[in-house]
Amino acid sequence: MSIHVKNINHVYNEGLPDETAALVDVSFDINDGEFVGIIGHTGSGKSTLLQHLNGLLKPKSGQIIVGDTDITAPGASMLAIRRKVGLVFQYPEYQLFEETVALDVAFGPKNLGLDKDEIDERVREAIELVGLDYEDIKEKSPFDLSGGQKRRVAIAGVIAMRPEVLILDEPTAGLDPQAHKEILDMARKIHEGETNIIILVSHNMNDIAELSDKVLVMDEGKLVMCGTPKEVFARGDELESMGLDLPDVTCLMRDLKEHGLDVPTDIFTEKEAEDALYRALGNRDDR
Amino acid sequence: MIRDITLGQYFAGESWVHRLDPRTKIIVSLTYIVALFILHTFIGFAFAAIALAVVIALSKVPIKFILRGLKPIFLIIVFTFVLNMFMYKGDPLWHFWFLTITKQGLYKAVFMAVRLVLLIIGSSMLTLTTRPISLTDGIESLLKPLAKLGVPAHELAMMMTIALRFIPTLLEETDKIMKAQQARGADFESGNILNRAKNLIPILVPLFISAFRIAQDMAMAMEARCYRGGEHRTRMNAMHYGKSDAAAFILTILFVAACVCERIFIA
Repeated sequence: MSIHVKNINHVYNEGLPDETAALVDVSFDINDGEFVGIIGHTGSGKSTLLQHLNGLLKPKSGQIIVGDTDITAPGASMLAIRRKVGLVFQYPEYQLFEETVALDVAFGPKNLGLDKDEIDERVREAIELVGLDYEDIKEKSPFDLSGGQKRRVAIAGVIAMRPEVLILDEPTAGLDPQAHKEILDMARKIHEGETNIIILVSHNMNDIAELSDKVLVMDEGKLVMCGTPKEVFARGDELESMGLDLPDVTCLMRDLKEHGLDVPTDIFTEKEAEDALYRALGNRDDR
Repeated sequence: MIRDITLGQYFAGESWVHRLDPRTKIIVSLTYIVALFILHTFIGFAFAAIALAVVIALSKVPIKFILRGLKPIFLIIVFTFVLNMFMYKGDPLWHFWFLTITKQGLYKAVFMAVRLVLLIIGSSMLTLTTRPISLTDGIESLLKPLAKLGVPAHELAMMMTIALRFIPTLLEETDKIMKAQQARGADFESGNILNRAKNLIPILVPLFISAFRIAQDMAMAMEARCYRGGEHRTRMNAMHYGKSDAAAFILTILFVAACVCERIFIA
């Protein structure tokens, strides 16, 4: 499974005075099994891009190929695309509507036309995958849950469709640190499981650096950088000029270096930072 | 953003008519509507039509735009015309089975249709040249004397303003929810009417919940800023009657006088 995006363009309000180019000639490839992070300033075209990947928006020109289907081709089956590509919007808890959690999670699988046993099994699996207790929660009203639980139920609603590509648009926005961590652990677990590709949009550079194999940077509708976290975060000054920042540990390393401690600055995760610090401080002791 | 809301049919412009005080425009429109009921001959209507044409020319709203606004009410006009044509007793012109068209009936039908068209275009000139927000401000100001009789003028106007303000917000919300459910495989385009109505539930339930949430947040935000209703409130853009308003009122008085003369002197 891989995704190829070729030169897509998208324009909002075409032909009207407030015409704006939302995507300009965006091209990239996502390979089998990758965890992709997308970063960019608010209004840089991230959400527009995501909606193209599962056919909610059509590009003005260009081509998107998911697996072996061209989803931009006329007459492409939308249901087949949505079965393949699951999209979790920002604040997905606002899309809950059913009487019970189990019914809400079953909405997606039901739309796929699966039989009842299959649906029940998927619902149970999805709810457990997002870290909730199925027996405990299935009969509850989604509106009685806490914010973090609602969020997880909404994500389960997409996971239950068993997409091969799962897109998460700022899944941790507005959550407390505990729930934040749990959602990301969940994303990692799902990626290790059967979901092949995960695309994560986040404003939190720590999460992106920690989880991604590949990082895409959007700015004013253009894809300005695409590479491994190492490659992207090495261009810190450029990122800052776009209103983005670096992971906390990278900033720390840069500061330490500036103050005379001999540490590498291409450090993006806590683990790497720990090792580098031991090495640097160890060296000093030897002297 | 709130200034850009166009409900129904506001036509953005900078003409003399657009710049009139909203209160003037409301009073003039109401007067015009009453005047149309004073008139009782086609000569009078021709006069009213000319007056209206002058206003349209001054407002620089394209005729096409105005006629487009007539489209939805076209059926009502036809219906009134047909009813009047067949229901009036008098000298028969044409007869078939139980249907009879009389001379008086035809006259009455045309008369009513003309009155209706003038009525609709006349009142739509108000909404075409006044922003909805100014319109509610104007209504509030005009209703203020009635507050002594217990009419909640400020509250009514505030409700209208908030309703207008939230149309785009709710549209945006609807779009978001629709997309989220579509991403879960919901289909809003196919199936019979019953199925389609049922498919709306996944949109309507979250939309209602959102609306309540927004309303609650809004009420809280207003209270946090010490909102206390209409007493002693001043506005950022105070309304003033100017010279053009005086001119508009004088012209309106002359117009009404002419209409009354038509009623009295033309048989």
